[in-house]
Amino acid sequence: MKQEGILRHTGTRFLGLIPTLLVLITIAFFLIRIAPGGPFDSEKVLPPEIRANLDAKYHLDEPLLQQYFRYLGQIMSGDFGPSFQYKDWSVNELIGRGFPVSATLGGLAMLLAFVVGTLIGIAAALRQNTAVDYSVMGVAMLGISIPNFVVAPLLILGLAVYAGWLPAGGWDWSWQRMVLPVITLALPVIAYIARLMRGSMIEVLHSNYIRTARAKGLPEHVVIRRHALKPAILPVISYMGPAMAALITGSVVIERIYSIPGLGSYFVQGALNRDYTLVMGVVIFYGVVIIVLNFIVDLLYAGLNPRIRYDEAQ
Amino acid sequence: MTPTPSIRLLLAVAVLCLGACGERGEDFGAPGDRRLQPVELMLLENGRPDPAVLAAGQVVHRGSGEEPETLDPHLATGAPSSHILRDLFEGLTTESADGELIPGVALRWNISRNARTYTFYLRRELAWSSGEPLTAADFLYSLRRAADPRTAANAATMLLPIQNAREVLAGELPVEELGVMLLDDYTLQITLTGPTPYFLGLLAHPIAYPVNRSNIERYGDQFSRPGNLVSNGAYVLSRWVPRVQIVLEKNPFYREAERTLVERVHYYPIEDLSSEVKAFRAGDIDWTNEVPNNQFKWLQRHYPDELVVSPWMGSYFFGFNLNREPFADNPSLRMALNLAIDRLILTDKVAQFGEQPAFSLVPPGMDGYVPFVPEYADWTQEEREHEARRLYEQAGYSQERPLRVEIRYNTSENHKKMALAVASMWKQVLGVNTTLVNEEFRVFLQNRAQKTVTEVFRAGWVSDYNDPYSFLEMFRTGHGRNDYGYSNSTFDALLDQIGMERVRARRERLMFEAERLLMADHVIIPVYTYVTKRLVSRQLRGWQNNVMDHHPTRHMYKLRLQGAADVSAGEREE
Repeated sequence: MKQEGILRHTGTRFLGLIPTLLVLITIAFFLIRIAPGGPFDSEKVLPPEIRANLDAKYHLDEPLLQQYFRYLGQIMSGDFGPSFQYKDWSVNELIGRGFPVSATLGGLAMLLAFVVGTLIGIAAALRQNTAVDYSVMGVAMLGISIPNFVVAPLLILGLAVYAGWLPAGGWDWSWQRMVLPVITLALPVIAYIARLMRGSMIEVLHSNYIRTARAKGLPEHVVIRRHALKPAILPVISYMGPAMAALITGSVVIERIYSIPGLGSYFVQGALNRDYTLVMGVVIFYGVVIIVLNFIVDLLYAGLNPRIRYDEAQ
Repeated sequence: MTPTPSIRLLLAVAVLCLGACGERGEDFGAPGDRRLQPVELMLLENGRPDPAVLAAGQVVHRGSGEEPETLDPHLATGAPSSHILRDLFEGLTTESADGELIPGVALRWNISRNARTYTFYLRRELAWSSGEPLTAADFLYSLRRAADPRTAANAATMLLPIQNAREVLAGELPVEELGVMLLDDYTLQITLTGPTPYFLGLLAHPIAYPVNRSNIERYGDQFSRPGNLVSNGAYVLSRWVPRVQIVLEKNPFYREAERTLVERVHYYPIEDLSSEVKAFRAGDIDWTNEVPNNQFKWLQRHYPDELVVSPWMGSYFFGFNLNREPFADNPSLRMALNLAIDRLILTDKVAQFGEQPAFSLVPPGMDGYVPFVPEYADWTQEEREHEARRLYEQAGYSQERPLRVEIRYNTSENHKKMALAVASMWKQVLGVNTTLVNEEFRVFLQNRAQKTVTEVFRAGWVSDYNDPYSFLEMFRTGHGRNDYGYSNSTFDALLDQIGMERVRARRERLMFEAERLLMADHVIIPVYTYVTKRLVSRQLRGWQNNVMDHHPTRHMYKLRLQGAADVSAGEREE
């Protein structure tokens, strides 16, 4: 019964993905075209003959609607087309190379943030209103409020330029080059998770069933592990879906400062350069990632929270 | 309210950290290798460096700005691609370290009396990096490919001086009609539509580089990938990881391979200027593409020997929209605004980078041309301001009836600072009320081109080739970049004459006349001429400053460090 409900839910959600994506593609396609200027505009103007050749090569001379359907047909076959800006690469190749980098950094940052964030959140909750609580939460507040474009250069200056322990930037899949970006990415998430975890833990610890568990004489660590942890972690899980999507699709700021070839810069560069195919490719990819991650979070939620059962919702 | 213990703790940590960071900043300006001096440069009789002073590993690490858009020389447009392509390919002509035009693949050439036919005699026994012989037929194929409408090359604009190029690009004539002819295997003749003094310079540009036909026919649009790309320059492409690095290895088939000292060069597309400086300070790179303006003073103090600032062939100025009020038919007002700004303050305090204050359009140092200098350039700033006030009133404005004007610029911290400074100078001297409007780059370009909303706008020009004409021609009536709406038949006639003139001195005088006319019409407010600014390791030698900012790696070499331990960036990487 329960299995069936989840399956049916999964199926419906996946079917719902198609119209969502279509709307996304349509809006993105026309939005970027409405933006003034085109991919070949620059301070140096092109003579009309050359301009016409470029437009013809990229089918920009066709009516917009025709371009739209051409594009739809093209992505049906999984081809995002050539990039206007990075002429030697296709958008598929660029995403194929950028995403693993962003996903690795984002995944590691999420892992770090989840482990550290929940631990210090729990620690703070258990020692509520003590010096430990205040200092941990104070640092967490600092982590949220200091933007990463401040943290990142400071880390580079300290650990790369002066100490010389780590490279100042660049990318070659070595762990040394991942340390600083992962920390920078994780810091605000750690802080956020810690605050979430602390809040929900305190709430759970004050609930009746915990009081009951304690009254039964269970040792405190058992009460926490067996009874408090699971419900307390729910808000963290639901936060992790969108947070994960944001992390693994790459951060422009982090990529610029650490010179990392992730996905985030393609999005911004693509929009600024009016690189239509690149922007569209990244938007669609981004959309799919967010939808899939939210979906996974829903499933996790169902597993963790006894109050949500999909068969009942029907 | 007393701070809680945690906040006090935080403050203490913050103060400690700041103190420590500041202190260390003074003591350790840079990583270890900076304390080791490179050895004294010693040259042999032939002007080459003595092998004894060279570092063991001749590997150079260069910052290259942004990711190159392509390594197909015909499709390349921006500087990031061009830097790398200059290492990979060589045209009929090429450049020495100081930017002087020298024979490249062509050993010598003849120019016909009417300056319209160029005959190139190619060096024999040259080869591609694949070992295949390089002949005039390769150039014929390549120039045709560059002009082919199907190639859709942006930079094909530069081929327009060649006979029939416009028609070929428009698809009206087949590529075979392009004015390039094969006389024999090693002789190539190019016919032009008119005398083009900078034509030899154009041939050193990527659009005129040879590409290997069998290479392109075999790999199609993937021919520029590592492993595929066949080139004829000092280096070959060995690795390309987009937005990480491009690695070039010395090409054993290059004609001067024996004299080329750097064995390998790494290009890093580090977009963020501060990160590039940090990579340099950490010893990861030997050469930055640029340095950020706001760190200039600090770098000047801490890296005086590494910081290199040199004139560049670009101008920064503001343009007037002559199609609209208040500037249409109001030269006095335009001149008043021009005179009211203090360029010395703008360059010293705002731009801050040793930029040269400018009173005219063409930057100095371009192909021997001496730019026009208006009379008021020699006045004191007080005299200029006095005259500005007189002209402002003559134009019908006063403190009580001030001019309201908009300065439009594309979003950038530096442009904003400049516009703000100019606005405050206008306010102070004339009482003008200025509104600043910033726009995203392409929106800005479109508004400029449409000439309906702009009043005063930021403008600038960096030339692709070393010829003042490229600055002047955009003020021609109806030119695609004439965002000023400037139209002066005398000026246009001068441009026509320049295009026809083949005597150098006469051509220069015509250009001078044209620039004088343009400045007398007050179409623009020149502010400064650009400089290139970068950090270069003291170990890296052989390159020279030049107005084009072209620095092929083949001229470079790396000096050994004093003492036994040689820790050049290259070797640490291995």
